[in-house]
Amino acid sequence: MSASVLFDTPGPRTRRRSRIASVIVVLLIAAGLAWIIYTLAQPRDSSGITLPGYFDWSRWDIVVLADFWVRVWGGLRATLLAAAAGAVMALVVGVLFAMLRTSVFAAVRIPTTIVLEFFRGMPVLLMMLFILLVASTGAFWAVVLALGVYNGAIIGESLRAGLAALPRGQREAGLSLGLTGFQSKVFIEFPQAFRQMLPVIIAQLVVLLKDTSLGYIVGYNELIRTTMNNLGSSVGNRYLFSLFLVTLVIYLAVNLSLSAVARRVARRRNPGKVLPKDQITPTASISAVGMSNVNPEDQTTE
Amino acid sequence: MNAVIENLPRFIEAFGMTLWLLVLSGACALIIGTVIAAMRISPVPSLNVFASVYTELLRNTPLTLVLFFCAFVLPQLGSRLPYEWAAFLGLTLYTSPFVAEALRSGINGVAVGQAEAARSLGLGFMQSTTLIIFPQAFRMVIPPLINVLIALTKNTSVAGGFFVFELFSAAKELTNANGNAVIAILLAVAAFYLAVTIPLGILSARLEKKLAVQR
Repeated sequence: MSASVLFDTPGPRTRRRSRIASVIVVLLIAAGLAWIIYTLAQPRDSSGITLPGYFDWSRWDIVVLADFWVRVWGGLRATLLAAAAGAVMALVVGVLFAMLRTSVFAAVRIPTTIVLEFFRGMPVLLMMLFILLVASTGAFWAVVLALGVYNGAIIGESLRAGLAALPRGQREAGLSLGLTGFQSKVFIEFPQAFRQMLPVIIAQLVVLLKDTSLGYIVGYNELIRTTMNNLGSSVGNRYLFSLFLVTLVIYLAVNLSLSAVARRVARRRNPGKVLPKDQITPTASISAVGMSNVNPEDQTTE
Repeated sequence: MNAVIENLPRFIEAFGMTLWLLVLSGACALIIGTVIAAMRISPVPSLNVFASVYTELLRNTPLTLVLFFCAFVLPQLGSRLPYEWAAFLGLTLYTSPFVAEALRSGINGVAVGQAEAARSLGLGFMQSTTLIIFPQAFRMVIPPLINVLIALTKNTSVAGGFFVFELFSAAKELTNANGNAVIAILLAVAAFYLAVTIPLGILSARLEKKLAVQR
């Protein structure tokens, strides 16, 4: 079986050629990495003083200090805290927006649409500044409220798409059982739309976690601000690169594990609905968000 | 309101920077993203792996950290990029995997029967991709690509935190200088962003509807 319909199962010659190409690419990448590592390891002159290379122990010795990790954990906790509060708020706002946006009253629906468009078209960062200056809430609430409203608007839109994609029969059945339109929406349609859109919502929450890093700019002491600014200035500039690597690894670990959860949910929701062979490229893993054949992470707004 | 009108030249200058970042990083991200997407579907395994590592790495790093790297860590490593170019570099790097993923999901959206039909007619990899798959995938990826550009427009605001004078820094500067007109200034800045994002959004929705009918 070939992995993809785009090309045949390779014969011996193609396999050899592909192997040679692979080896060349690997060599090129390895050479590039080696060059980067070599350059980083070279000692460098900085205004007359020669500093050791970036892998020298004198640039890394802070990582054995317990106090260092306590402070890094403080930053990580602040990031997670803002993300958790923002996520709860985004879900509440999202449900609210979806309800109002699909209201039967035009007087509710149309203003909601305008407000939604406004929130979705504006940078989160500007919203943070707005809340910070106008409501003067302090940096934490500026971050949480802005993330909640912005991501709530996006989640609301995807919930609305989920509601629109439900078969009409669901609502009709609800109405014929004697439920009011509102009851049918809350008890029949909404739970289904929510389940349908769960992968997209979780992927959006991962984006929300990433966006808490904007707190760096508005002065909330989250992970980046803690490591790069606060720790950076107390231990000195020569640790900047090490601190950057530590921060990067922490973010990657947190985000990749959350993305993995999102993928698991996406797959479990539609077991076997889209077989790998229904896709053209071999590497595609997740898809089948409801009706469309799109990766849940592709529907988020970064 | 007066504060907005008086400072209009400053707004226009900042808006110009935002547009400069948007157009330049958008164009470069489209090019890099296309290359990454091509690697992702190519038959050479090492290119596949490289492309997926690149995508996962950049997609899971916050934009703030990418820009921090370009603006503050790169100079430590000997770069002499001015802050505008550092922001351009960061935004390009950050946006390119999203472009690649949009392209890839477009390719996956082409019905598999199309590829099978092309193959059964005896077309090779290059022929079936360039003649059958890409022309169809291209239409499907236009709306998601526009959405990537909308996100990029909003993301240019992050550059304002790294010494680039664009709309967000203009908002900060002018609200500092005119404490009595904070709301008016912030709304004016929001209007500049909306002037880019809303038309793009309408364009995307319209194209989506139009292309959906054709299929």
